Amino acid sequence: MLPPRASAAHSNADSPATNEVAIEFRNVGFAIQKTQILSDVNLQVAAGETLVLLGRSGSGKSTALKLINRLLVPTEGEVRVSGRSTLAWDAIALRRGIGYVIQETGLFPHFTVEKNVALVPRLENWPEERIRQCVAELLQLVGLTGPGLAKRYPHQLSGGQRQRVGVARALAADPTILLMDEPFGALDPLTRSEIQREFQHLQKRLSKTVVFVTHDVREALLLATRIGLFENGRVHGIYSPAEFQASRDPKISACLATIHPETASATDTDGARGEVK
Amino acid sequence: MTLLQFLIHNRAQIFQSTLEHMWMVGVTLLLACAIGIPLGILVSRRPSLSKPILGLANIAETIPSLALFGFLLPVPWLGDRAERLAIAALTLYALLPIIKNTVEGIRSVDPSVRESALAMGMTDWQILFQVELPLSLSLLFAGIRVAAVLTVGIATIAAAVGAGGLGEFIFRGLAMVNNQLILAGAIPAALLALAADAVLGGIERRFRFTR
Repeated sequence: MLPPRASAAHSNADSPATNEVAIEFRNVGFAIQKTQILSDVNLQVAAGETLVLLGRSGSGKSTALKLINRLLVPTEGEVRVSGRSTLAWDAIALRRGIGYVIQETGLFPHFTVEKNVALVPRLENWPEERIRQCVAELLQLVGLTGPGLAKRYPHQLSGGQRQRVGVARALAADPTILLMDEPFGALDPLTRSEIQREFQHLQKRLSKTVVFVTHDVREALLLATRIGLFENGRVHGIYSPAEFQASRDPKISACLATIHPETASATDTDGARGEVK
Repeated sequence: MTLLQFLIHNRAQIFQSTLEHMWMVGVTLLLACAIGIPLGILVSRRPSLSKPILGLANIAETIPSLALFGFLLPVPWLGDRAERLAIAALTLYALLPIIKNTVEGIRSVDPSVRESALAMGMTDWQILFQVELPLSLSLLFAGIRVAAVLTVGIATIAAAVGAGGLGEFIFRGLAMVNNQLILAGAIPAALLALAADAVLGGIERRFRFTR
């Protein structure tokens, strides 16, 4: 007599398959001195989804990202990670559980690839054997397998390789959350589309909770489960990629106009495969 | 007697004075590092201290060395022995380049590297010892190099208060209007300065990381 349980596949884009909320912004505002950078930001990021924060430079999306791992602290409202306000967390513990990848990579120039990737496991005092194994697996995972590559220094790598090391380092201690701030923005177009596709596959396998900042609409449509459009420090709206593309909203149309003139975007430049490693 | 003959003839004494000189310079540099590096770190952490600390070090730098030796003479423990007095004065001179370059070195660390370190969950101490100081080493050694060359030169004046070293020859030569005596002090002092410059410069280059 009981009705059958509602099927799990009730997922429309607004409420992702799992109900578990990994990150939540509650009425968040952020100001530096008198300058308001973010206002009234309300967001929920479900575990396992990829939320892309899209917006032009200065729209506050990077600031929002830094509020998650407490590089910044909200001046109004609160940001909750795994159900706890970031202020209630021990900052160090919070950050060790969150991977962080930025455009400039932030790799340590005096550390080899290996040591860079092993950074967080070493801070967490893992046994050396486990660290070695973990680093080898990660370098494999991000496609860095050349001989002697692990012993090189960041300045001896190409931009694409450096960014891969950055991703490997962020994944090292197996965090549940990954924050990415225009990670592929500084790469040449061919390398970028290659590494974007790789990341897409990686994400399918690892299903981390990802918050990804970009101003590249194409990248957003490719990687997002949902897209949060930022406009002057506010969230203009949150859309699934399909909704985003179908929307008549003038702000969204303006975004889409940046990619539609050349509909060739779908045909991926196949020459991209041949990046020199 | 040619200069060379003079130098060879007095080699034992010159060697002795050179050792004294090196000892003075060495102790000075160790002290200046022990005081200057922590002060530099402090300044990089609390920028409000930058003005007072660098200001004082700057002032110390402007006092004529002979006068500084004189000023320190009445200070109780310091004035007891000429060597002690000399080393204290020399340390004051060596501080400025070391503090300045420590601060400069830490400031020169790429902000994105520091941000990553923080985001990876490193503590302030870990960032200091594993990231900022290692990346500052090149500039830090540049500071020590400047301090070393400076100290080798100023240490000759320490002979005026009886602290020994190569300055003894120079002052005696001046008093006796004997150029050979002056050169017996000046040449080894110049060579010492060049050697310190070369050795520390080499270390400095070793720690230069490509960014």
